[in-house]
Amino acid sequence: MELNQLTAHELLDKLARKEVALEALYGALYGRIQKTESKVRAYVRSEAARKTVSSSPGPLNGLPVTIKDNICTEGLETECCSKILKGFRPPYDATVIAKLKKSGAGIFPLKANMDEFAFGSSTENSFFGPTANPWDLGAVPGGSSGGSAAAVASDEAIWALGSDTGGSIRQPASFCGVVGLKPTYGRVSRFGLIAFASSLDQIGPITKDVEDAAILTKVISGYDPNDSTSVNLDVPDYTQSLVNDVKGLKIGLPKEYLVEGMDPEVKSIIEEAVNKLKSLGAVSKPVSLPHTEYAVPVYYIVATAEASSNLARFDGVQYGYRAKSDNLIEMYKKTRAEGFGEEAKRRILLGTFALSHGYYDAYYLRALKVRTLIKQDFDRVFNDFDCIVAPVSPTAAFKIGERSDDPLKMYLSDIYTISVNLAGIPAISVPCGFTKKGLPVGLQIMAKAFNEEMLFRVAHTFEQNTQWHKLKPKL
Amino acid sequence: MNYQTVIGLEVHLQLKTKTKAFCGCAIDFGKAPNSGTCPVCLGFPGTLPVYNKEALNSAIKVALAFNCQIQEHTKFDRKNYFYPDLPKNYQISQFDLPLSRNGHLIIFDQEHQPKRIGITRIHLEEDAGKLIHEADSSLVDFNRTGIPLLEIVSEPDLNSPQEAFDYLSSLKSILEYLDVSDCDMEKGSLRCDANISLRPQGAKELGVKTELKNMNSFKGVKDALTFEVKRQTELLQAGQNWQQETRLWDVQKGITVSMRSKEGAKDYRYFPDPDLAVFIINTPMISKIKAGLPELPQEKMRRFMRDYSLSEPDAKILVSSKNDARFAEDCINRYPGKDKKNIVNWLIGPLLSEANSRKLELHELDLDKNELINLIGFVQRQEISLLSAKTILTRMIDSRKSAQTLITEGNLLQISDTAQLEQVIAAVIRENEKSVADFKAGKTNALMFLVGQVMKKSAGKANPKVVTDLIKRRLV
Repeated sequence: MELNQLTAHELLDKLARKEVALEALYGALYGRIQKTESKVRAYVRSEAARKTVSSSPGPLNGLPVTIKDNICTEGLETECCSKILKGFRPPYDATVIAKLKKSGAGIFPLKANMDEFAFGSSTENSFFGPTANPWDLGAVPGGSSGGSAAAVASDEAIWALGSDTGGSIRQPASFCGVVGLKPTYGRVSRFGLIAFASSLDQIGPITKDVEDAAILTKVISGYDPNDSTSVNLDVPDYTQSLVNDVKGLKIGLPKEYLVEGMDPEVKSIIEEAVNKLKSLGAVSKPVSLPHTEYAVPVYYIVATAEASSNLARFDGVQYGYRAKSDNLIEMYKKTRAEGFGEEAKRRILLGTFALSHGYYDAYYLRALKVRTLIKQDFDRVFNDFDCIVAPVSPTAAFKIGERSDDPLKMYLSDIYTISVNLAGIPAISVPCGFTKKGLPVGLQIMAKAFNEEMLFRVAHTFEQNTQWHKLKPKL
Repeated sequence: MNYQTVIGLEVHLQLKTKTKAFCGCAIDFGKAPNSGTCPVCLGFPGTLPVYNKEALNSAIKVALAFNCQIQEHTKFDRKNYFYPDLPKNYQISQFDLPLSRNGHLIIFDQEHQPKRIGITRIHLEEDAGKLIHEADSSLVDFNRTGIPLLEIVSEPDLNSPQEAFDYLSSLKSILEYLDVSDCDMEKGSLRCDANISLRPQGAKELGVKTELKNMNSFKGVKDALTFEVKRQTELLQAGQNWQQETRLWDVQKGITVSMRSKEGAKDYRYFPDPDLAVFIINTPMISKIKAGLPELPQEKMRRFMRDYSLSEPDAKILVSSKNDARFAEDCINRYPGKDKKNIVNWLIGPLLSEANSRKLELHELDLDKNELINLIGFVQRQEISLLSAKTILTRMIDSRKSAQTLITEGNLLQISDTAQLEQVIAAVIRENEKSVADFKAGKTNALMFLVGQVMKKSAGKANPKVVTDLIKRRLV
């Protein structure tokens, strides 16, 4: 096996024992990128210097991490794959980047493609063009962290960071056959993550296996005085949760999730996965999350409302793209008309409308109330269950272009992931099978807030007793 | 017809905290443009606000001083609008759950009668930057961006420009006591907009509101309001109607000019800022801040009246400035004896007029309090005249010399030596036969005149009491 094909924990062992030189690892990564990137297009601004990144001493021994383009990296362009942030080089690191550097990681100089401002489920909404799914180059890798997931799946990255507002880590992880975790809201600092929806966004790992996810989550987690929504709780050593044991664990299966529109093939793969967990000693029972049907509308009100305000700062005044114009109002209008893509404009308009006078109570305020009900659904289930198991997406990866003209259909594909963000709880996607066409399917495991340990335990046990995570796409 | 004036004031107050409201930038007004900024107050992508506890404490202090109810659960909201001085294109402010509500302060009318002015709400928000317009472009200075700002909104309880002025003076006095702001309107650390309308005397409904902006002193506020009262009265008398509008005060011309008439109500699309969690101001926190509040002007005034037997007007003068009150109280305490009337008279009499003529506050005269008390002692022992003492006070402030030195230098000790005085008195009696005759005919005023003449001849040094006795003894 080439070095770039190894998992992070395998490489960490080799680096610690000095069996591998960092230059050789970078060489392998750049070699792979040379070979496959023209097909996958996981990275943006590929003209960036391809070099071995120096790192400070630390347990991660220089191992490079691929970063989504919406996480600020000091001096390294961070554009959210949007024209409006053209040329933006943050003068600061996101807290997660600072933590990675402090742990001795290298920040990979190429950044991962994404839907513009994380608006999307397919990575088709990138200013730089779409990323392809390594398992089927005609299919989408999912989104919005499609670049991160595709890079990891195609061994163009060892591991990566993505961000998840409504499924943007878990769904691309599922579509690309890798592991993706959305941590509890408040577990990981959002400082330096260019905000989409502040009350939903969370940074998390996309990795080749669960152990890598546990290692990376530990490094990036923890209270940050620069983010008042981060929570001051000790971060456990998640590798301690990597036990091969689910005996007696109570697993809830939400009956509302077995809806129409769910691909029967995906359905049977998920059922098989549940049977696997049961065969390993877990107990499963149907549970009810009665407000599930409202999750999509609630999400698209809350997320777009926050986004409309968060994106107001992109106005051409201080940084990024500025359209030529004769006066202020024209500058605002032209800069934003030319700088934002279609989906960004659609969401800004939706959010602006939802917050407008006369509509606020009917939309935003009501959405917040229903959000509380959705959260209470989960609280109730977690009183009696250790975790909830569900699909990540109703289908496997769809074709590029297939849904881009139908935003509503695209929004509905987030149905299994967005409730988790609305409730603020953690969830992981772990490979659990393939469709007949050879597309990966992910299993979603959810736990109560700040119980990432449960996710690692269940996901790791599943992984240890299956082979799905070991399969590689042919490129 | 007679009209009633209805005024409400909206004051914005910059808090003088060490750092800005939501980032760690030190607040320093002397800095070069944009050097007092960081990615957070510049609203750079990915940055997050973190609220400043000191600003929050100051805000609670102010709210308590104005007798407000503190909101237990409070939160910050985003006020969304596009303007280049606002780097995020939204202002972090407070909308439906302001920090505090339902307060009041007391002003005194011409007859010293108290009047309660309601305070609708006090909330915390962030200041915007400053635009600098050049010939062919505009520049933005973000140094001011993110400085904590308190918005203090009064009820429409003010019924004259003078009351508005008194409200502002009282507000400023309290704020100075709290030491939370520079309260300087010229420098913009205190800003005031006014809403004014007129209605027929006795009417319940309010008239058409006019918002006044661009006043940069308390006097400016009063002048602008006075102008508006006159303008609107004339319009009403001419039977004219007008629309709600915003007008700017032109201090040069002494008039208000229409800036914009009311467009549709602005939609700021307020919503709770998801970057800042709801926070709780609990009772122990309030009690702690309450316990740390200084004595406020009106409490101090009552105490001065009680402890030093001061009249209300005298006490009011002494407490209007915190530092003056401290200076005055220190003088009063050092002054020997129980009866403090004498030192108080000096403070609000000669001392205050010295301060006024120098455009200073009392404490800024930088007077040695012990020397002041010495000086008063000389007068009390009748060693110098009151007139001389006032001259000495002026010299004392200018030269910082002691009372004793100045008396000696000016040869100002009173003449109480009868032999010396008899000569002058003899001369005065000789030169004023008519007055002597008048006195003998029973006109007591004539005696005063004769004493005055002696004082004049002795260049104010004669002891008037001794002189009076001597004249009486001679003429009776």
